[in-house]
Amino acid sequence: MNRSALRDNILWGLSFALMMAALCLIFLYAPTEREMGEIQRIFYFHVPLAWIAFLAFFVVFAGSILHLWKRERKWDVLAHASGEIGVIFTTLVLITGPIWARPVWGTWWIWEPRLTASLVLWFTYIAYLLIRSYAGEESKGARFAAVVGIVGFINVPIVYLSIHLGRTLHPPELVSDLAGSMLLTLLVSVAAFTVFYMLLLRWSISIKNLSDRARELKRLLEEEEVI
Amino acid sequence: MSKVFAIVWKDILSELRTREIVVSVLVFAILIIVIFNFAFDSGKDAIGLVAPGILWVALTFAGVLSLNRTFAMEREKGCLEGLMLCPVSRDVLYWGKMIASFILMLAIEIIVTPIFLVLYDLPLFVPELILITTLTTLGFVSVGTLFSALTVNIRARDIMLPILFFPIVVPVIIAAVEATQIALDGKPFSDMASWLQIMGAFDAIFLVISAFTFEFVIEE
Amino acid sequence: MIENNSGFMIEAYGLAKLFGSHAALRSVDLKVGKGECVAILGPNGAGKTTLIKVLATLAKTSGGKVRLAGFDIAKNAVQIRRQIGVVSHQTFLYDNLTAYENLKFYGKMYDVPDLEERIFEVIEQVRLTTRIHDLVRVFSRGMQQRLSIARAILHDPPILLLDEPETGLDQRSTAMLSELLKKLIAGNRTVLMTTHNLEWCLELGNRVMVLDRGRITYEETGHNLGLVELRENYNRHTGVAS
Repeated sequence: MNRSALRDNILWGLSFALMMAALCLIFLYAPTEREMGEIQRIFYFHVPLAWIAFLAFFVVFAGSILHLWKRERKWDVLAHASGEIGVIFTTLVLITGPIWARPVWGTWWIWEPRLTASLVLWFTYIAYLLIRSYAGEESKGARFAAVVGIVGFINVPIVYLSIHLGRTLHPPELVSDLAGSMLLTLLVSVAAFTVFYMLLLRWSISIKNLSDRARELKRLLEEEEVI
Repeated sequence: MSKVFAIVWKDILSELRTREIVVSVLVFAILIIVIFNFAFDSGKDAIGLVAPGILWVALTFAGVLSLNRTFAMEREKGCLEGLMLCPVSRDVLYWGKMIASFILMLAIEIIVTPIFLVLYDLPLFVPELILITTLTTLGFVSVGTLFSALTVNIRARDIMLPILFFPIVVPVIIAAVEATQIALDGKPFSDMASWLQIMGAFDAIFLVISAFTFEFVIEE
Repeated sequence: MIENNSGFMIEAYGLAKLFGSHAALRSVDLKVGKGECVAILGPNGAGKTTLIKVLATLAKTSGGKVRLAGFDIAKNAVQIRRQIGVVSHQTFLYDNLTAYENLKFYGKMYDVPDLEERIFEVIEQVRLTTRIHDLVRVFSRGMQQRLSIARAILHDPPILLLDEPETGLDQRSTAMLSELLKKLIAGNRTVLMTTHNLEWCLELGNRVMVLDRGRITYEETGHNLGLVELRENYNRHTGVAS
C-alpha cells in the first residue's frame, strides 16, 4: 500500500473511531442538562459544526490568497473543496439551531449574534460557489471566487461585531458554564468533526483532481483526432 | 493623482449628459420609500421605529442599481479594455471608478433623504445624518466597485451583484440603521460613536482590500 | 533600463495562453523589427484576438517570453502601454462624450504633452475636424473607427497593434482606412495587424503569417506573393478544403 493510500486509511480509521467515541459520549456519557433537557444534546453537534465551518472558511481564505499569489490550480482546488464543505456545515448549523431553539425558547429562529452571523456567512459562501458557475470559464471562476473568498472572510469579524453590538438588548445565553463531563464531550465532538472535515476535504480534493485529469485527457484525445 | 480625477470627471460628465443613473435610481428609491409606507400602514409611533430601516433598504437597493451601471457603461464599445490599455497601474482605475460612484450615490442620497424625512414626518435638520450617509456610502462603493467589475462580464450579472454585495455590506447597513435611529431620536453623539467606528473600520479595511484585489478581477 | 539588445520591437518566444484547459495560443514565436508591418491571417478561433490581447498587456501569458520595445511584458507592463496604440473592432470610445472629450480623456491618461494641439493634429489626420464637437453616438461606424485610430496614435506610439480593424466597415470606409494605415506605416511605425482581408496583407504588409489553432503555421514575405497564391496557401495551412 503506498503512502498516500495509507494516509487516507489512517484518516478514515481515525475519523470513524473519533466519531463513534463522540456519539457514545454525547448520548450515553454526558449528563442531561437540567433546564433544557435532552434536546440540549444538539449543542454537541451545533457548536462543533459552527467551529469547523469557520475553520473551513479560513482554509478558503488561505487557499484564495495562495491561488491569486502563486496562480497554481491546487490552491484553488483546496479552496473550492473547503468552501463546499463549509457551506454544508453552515447549513447544518442553521438547521440544528432552530431544532434546538424551538423547544427551549419557543420560537424557530432567534436573531442572536452567532446564528445571524452564520446566516450572513451562509449567503456569502453560497455566492462564493455561485460565482464559479456563472463566470463562464474555469480559470475566471477560480479567480473571482478567490477574491470573494478573501473579502468574505475578512468580513466575518466585522459582521459578528456589528450584530453583537446591535443585539445587546436581548442576548439569550447559549453556552452557560459547562460541567467537566460536558466539556469533555464537547471537546471530543470538536475533535471528531475536525478529523471528519479533513477526511471530507481529502476526498473532495481527490475527486476534483481526478475530474481535472479526466478533462485534460479528453482534451488531448480530441486534439489527436483533429490533427 | 490627476488620472484618477480624469476618470472621475469622465464618468460625471457622461452622467450629466444622459442623467441615466441619477434619474432612474432616484425615482426607484423614492418609490420604495412610498411602497413601504403602504406596507407598514400603522400609527406614527410604530413608523418611527422602522423608519431608519426603510430609508436604508431603499438606499441599499438604489445603491446596487447605480453600482451595476458603473462598469456596465464601460462594457459598451469595450471601453474597459480602453481603460486597461492606459499606462497606469490597475488600482488607479479602481480609485477613479470608486470616487465617481461615491459622488453619484451621494448626489442621489442628498435628494432622497430630505424627501424621506418629509414623507415620514421626521425632524429635518439632523446634521449627523451627513456623516452617517457619507461613511455608509463609502462602505457601499468600496466593495461595490470591486463586485461591479467582477460581475460585469458574467452570466446572470444583474442578480449576482446583489447576491455578492448584500451579505458583505450587512455590517454597514446595521450600523447605518442604528446610528440613524439614534440621530433621529436626538440622542447625544457619543451614543452612535461605536457604530461610526464600525463603519469607519469597514470602509478603511475594504477600500484597501478592494484596491488590492481589483487587478485580479479585471485582468485575464 | 531598456534591454533592447535584440533590436526587435515585438518579440515572442514560445508564447502560450491558456484559458483554463483550453489553449488559445500554443508556443507562438514572433519577431517584428522596427518599421515592419506584419499581417496575421487565420480562421475564427485561431487565437488572433488572444494574441493581440496578450501583446497589448490585456491578458497575462501562461508561458513563454514576450518583449515589446525591449521591455519584458511580465515586468514592465505599464511602460509597454506607453509604447503601443491598439485599434480593435471595438472602438474604446464613450458614446456620450464628444470626439474632443474622448481624446482629451485619453490624452490625460497618457500624459500627452501639448494636448490641445495634439488633439487637433490627430483629428486632422483622420479627417474628422468638422465633427470634433459632436457626440460619438451620432458617428457612423466608419467615422468611429477613424476616431478610434486617432485615439490610438494620440500618444504617438512606435508600435501599433490592430485587431481586425476592417470589421463592420463598408467599401468606402475600408478604402479610407487603408489610406490612413498606409500613411501611418510610412512613418516608420512598427505594425502588427490581424485581419481577414487578404488584399490588405499584400498591400500594407511586408510579411504575412497564418495563425491556426494557436500556432503560426505559415510565414512569407509579402512581395513574393500574388493574391491567388496567398489564398491557396492560406487554405492549405488552415485545414480548409481547397
